[in-house]
Amino acid sequence: MLDDLRELYQEVILDHGKNPRNYGKPEEVSHHADGHNPLCGDRITVYLDVDDSGVVRNAAFDGRGCAISQASASLMTEIVSGKNLEQVERLFRSFHEMCTSDADVEADDSLVDEMDRLQVLSGVRQYPIRVKCATLAWHTMNAALAGDHDATTE
Amino acid sequence: MTQVAAESVVPGTERTNPPAYDVDKVRADFPILSREVHGKPLVFLDSGASAQKPRAVIKAISDVYENEYANIHRGVHYLSVRATELYDEAREKVRAYLNAAKASEIVFTRNTTEAINLVASSFTGQRLKEGDEILLTELEHHANIVPWQLVAERAGAVVKPAPVDGDGIIDLAAFEKLLTPRTRMVAFTHTSNVLGIITPAKEMIKLAHDKGIPVLIDGAQSAVHLNVDVQDLDCDFFTFTGHKLYGPSGIGVLYGKAELLESMPPYQGGGDMIEYVTFEKTTFAKPPERFEAGTPHIAGAIGLGAAIDYVNGLGRDAVAAHEHDLLQYATAQISELPGIKLFGTKGEKASIVSFLHDDVHPHDVGTILDQAGIAVRVGHHCAQPLMDRFGITGTVRASIGLYNTRDEIDKLVESLDHVKEIFG
Repeated sequence: MLDDLRELYQEVILDHGKNPRNYGKPEEVSHHADGHNPLCGDRITVYLDVDDSGVVRNAAFDGRGCAISQASASLMTEIVSGKNLEQVERLFRSFHEMCTSDADVEADDSLVDEMDRLQVLSGVRQYPIRVKCATLAWHTMNAALAGDHDATTE
Repeated sequence: MTQVAAESVVPGTERTNPPAYDVDKVRADFPILSREVHGKPLVFLDSGASAQKPRAVIKAISDVYENEYANIHRGVHYLSVRATELYDEAREKVRAYLNAAKASEIVFTRNTTEAINLVASSFTGQRLKEGDEILLTELEHHANIVPWQLVAERAGAVVKPAPVDGDGIIDLAAFEKLLTPRTRMVAFTHTSNVLGIITPAKEMIKLAHDKGIPVLIDGAQSAVHLNVDVQDLDCDFFTFTGHKLYGPSGIGVLYGKAELLESMPPYQGGGDMIEYVTFEKTTFAKPPERFEAGTPHIAGAIGLGAAIDYVNGLGRDAVAAHEHDLLQYATAQISELPGIKLFGTKGEKASIVSFLHDDVHPHDVGTILDQAGIAVRVGHHCAQPLMDRFGITGTVRASIGLYNTRDEIDKLVESLDHVKEIFG
């Protein structure tokens, strides 16, 4: 039982969950949105600074949540920084598929390292109720980029 | 760390020699309790959300469908008459359970939520004017907040919460002060679904009645754990649901004083709630039929009657004593654990324990417990204003039912240790 749980709560997740990176509202923000998981009441805000050429200069977040949602948000902000919006969109789709589908996600050559890092979150597949914890930050980022200021996992 | 209050007592459990309560025999009445979850024996500590069903209830429902089912209040044929009798018997069982004066004061609804909506719409909503007030408390479940907000918004009235202290205890002086000449309705929970705290309902009802204000009690939890006597409470409305009382889901109850129900217009229109219909004018049936439009949950009502018989058969005081023993045991065991804070341990309590790990989110705790076969509720428990009051987003809640055991509490405590192992 503990082994199964350690598959979900890998060291990387515990580390990012406890010490989230890019936490707090940055000074330069071009896009932001509030994300809400009505199931648990958790809320996070994602902040992005996207330059004129469509590259994410910086990503950050704040808010409270479980280890999975905090770690996912933390990893996401690290990974999308420096990516262009088209890459961000592809990462979102691949990540979403990784969390919800049992089939191996086809690695996109140019983003293979990023998807490797996100692999630590794939354990949520075995815990359907926790998938939304992992995807909340990503949905919120998508809402921010789409110009919506609110996202929910429902 | 919060300590157990020594004065914590559940009404009805003050007897010195409680009757023998054979929990193993009780457990054998619940088929689902013998199953495993994730390869572990099920430890079900989520009865506050919805309780499991004894064989007597399951059998009562299948018996209706197999032997005695037809629509009620219609037809002169044997089965319709028989189903009507069973439905009416169920109403009588509920009347006796709440000690209501008359069976016509018992309206079957879908659940507590619908019962509250019915009163908000057909009673309070009819009387509300701009600037009027509805007084609730900070303990309320969303089901006892949102229906009032809906009718208040329509009328331009306001919904106010009476405050609780850091232990979740109602501030009676503040409550009394909030009863103003504009207060048209008071509605509050009899037992907090998050903390298990029992509110001083009788005293609060008296304070409201002294100012001529009617009171609705949300009894979703209290109807399970306390001996409820609506005449002694003198509440105007009392609401509860079948599925938390070991009965089926989809059947709830509204008790209303006869003269109030008489004064209320229908909540929904349809068949079975009319006296006479023409296209010019329809006259409505008397309560309770006036509020039971359409074919009701016939088997559900009969199943609820069977659940009441079952609980009465065990002895409500014996059940309360058993649950209270487990509440004290669980509270003491969990308060020994480092890094865990209990919420709402003071005053009179029903068997609900809410706690929070210092560093680990309730959802993570819930997942770890689930892997051990332990079902608890995690999150805000549909009481976000109370979470805000405590400055938290959620808790882990273990709600103890009549079938739980000390051994199961030990398993809970042991698994809470695993949380530490995983999270360090």
